[in-house]
Amino acid sequence: MKGEGFLTKNISSFTHLLESVISTENLCRAQGLLQGLDPRVKVVTLVLFIVIVGLARSLSILAIIFILVLTLSFLSKVSLVFFLKRVFLFIPIFAAVIAIPALFITPGLPLVTIVGKVIITEQGARTAGLLFLRVTDSLSFGVLLILTTPWTSLLAALRWLRMPSLLVDILGMTYRYIFLLLHNTNSMFLARRSRTIGSFSSGENRRWLARALTTTMAKSQHLSEEVYLAMLSRGYQGEIRVLNDFKMKLRDFLWIAFALIAASILLWSNHL
Amino acid sequence: MHIPDGYLSPATCGTMYAVSVPFWYLAINRVRKVLTKRTVPVLAIFAAFSFVLMMFNVPIPGGTTAHAVGATLLAIVLGPWAAVLGISVALGIQALFFGDGGLLTFGANCFNMAIVMPLVGYFIYKVISSNSEATSPRRILGAVMGSYIGIVAASAAAGIELGIQPALFHAVNGTPLYAPYALNVALPAMLSAHLAVAGPIEAAVTGGVVAYLLRTHSSLIKADTPGKKEGKLWILWGALGLLALATPLGLLDSGTAWGEWGVDELQNIGLGFIPQGLQKFAGWWPAPLPDYGFPRMGAVIGYILSALVGIALVSFLLWVLGRWLNRKNLPKQEVPSKEESAG
Repeated sequence: MKGEGFLTKNISSFTHLLESVISTENLCRAQGLLQGLDPRVKVVTLVLFIVIVGLARSLSILAIIFILVLTLSFLSKVSLVFFLKRVFLFIPIFAAVIAIPALFITPGLPLVTIVGKVIITEQGARTAGLLFLRVTDSLSFGVLLILTTPWTSLLAALRWLRMPSLLVDILGMTYRYIFLLLHNTNSMFLARRSRTIGSFSSGENRRWLARALTTTMAKSQHLSEEVYLAMLSRGYQGEIRVLNDFKMKLRDFLWIAFALIAASILLWSNHL
Repeated sequence: MHIPDGYLSPATCGTMYAVSVPFWYLAINRVRKVLTKRTVPVLAIFAAFSFVLMMFNVPIPGGTTAHAVGATLLAIVLGPWAAVLGISVALGIQALFFGDGGLLTFGANCFNMAIVMPLVGYFIYKVISSNSEATSPRRILGAVMGSYIGIVAASAAAGIELGIQPALFHAVNGTPLYAPYALNVALPAMLSAHLAVAGPIEAAVTGGVVAYLLRTHSSLIKADTPGKKEGKLWILWGALGLLALATPLGLLDSGTAWGEWGVDELQNIGLGFIPQGLQKFAGWWPAPLPDYGFPRMGAVIGYILSALVGIALVSFLLWVLGRWLNRKNLPKQEVPSKEESAG
């Protein structure tokens, strides 16, 4: 069962990823608050909010920001369950390792004591809480950006923000080919799984995995050559041209005003 | 090792971006010169490959699985600078799309995994495998050692970034605002996890792929043209020479290496008793040069002589190992073997 377990695990994690990307693309087309904004404005303001989250110094500010996040996701027609699932997918791993021990070992004033021994200190609880809320809040803004912005608009916004065009082109193509390669490797795993009856040692599985990776790598090399020739034959000169049709609307200016005011209030409340 | 937003202060994040930008700039220039118009398709597809590689669940003994990064592998196949860009792009998509690693910490994550890891890994690989044939087993040894040391170096960088947070950024009452553990906890924790678990996985995956590449697609691994010296080896020899010259520094320190106490020193540092097991085993290996000194000779001369003997011994052993590896490699004529292909 061991061998099968490892194959199944890979197949299911690849499939989950493909699924989550498809549901993301559907959400981008919904008619919500954030979907209606200019992508450039969205990138700049949401990153500004992540910086504000980074600068916040108290639990209450971070809690208020989380309420703001939930409101935004509601106004953008992102279902609460779906949103929280996306956000909390990655938090447990790091938070469990770092935030939970901090509860118990940070020195400071006692908060919970059992039989005269200090178990949880006030500073420990505060640190763990700060860490947890800060990670949740920053991740939420990133998730909101991705859930409400089509990938192509995001790339166009990055280009407008003066990110080197070489990097933007690579980012765009990488995203495409990730799915092709994932599809191919998934077929390899499925093929292997359908031929597997007994079980293999983890060493044998690793050797198989190394061969699978090598094959994928050789295929990638071949693919890159073919893609390059295909690009050349379509007149590629070393630069990809794109149409930019950004238009700022009234709601973009209103949103910018809101974001600036909210950000300054949050920053100012650090000093209260 | 993907640090999420919230663990590093915005100031640290900004610094790490500033540190990474010159590397990116250099990498773009270098890669463009070599690949010219191919830059975009080649880097894009290998970045996609790197993303997929990071997603693979690698089976480890005990029935669970873990992930590899593949930074050194990419550096071996594409060259170090292309690897810097390819992995940065893969990390960018992970951070943007899947929340794996933050947006503000992106600079730090790239520094650890896309800059330190492939560059250190590739350097070690080069040192071990330089001037060898494309099919030499020294390449596999280089890949294994390079990827292992590369990931450990990257984890050390991450440990330092996390570890400096509580000292630099805390509230008035001492509450740490970001990652809560000081260097003396964060660094050993990161290092031990990567020395014991992530490092061996990375080494196994890199070594396995390079070994298979050598047999089936050796054209993907660039061979050094025989006879042509790499030219960079003098840097290594220079660095090693400087280190050797620094040996007398050890004389300045009156303390003992932590954890390397002898029986008499244990008593001196205030341990009231000597553990029984330690006493039993303390004398069973009579070192030829106890305390790095020759008997009946000045302490300073003895110390330096010991260093010379040590350097000579290690160099000789490595030379013998190199000869042996090369000999094993020479008569072997590559016959295209009919390996079962994966898939």
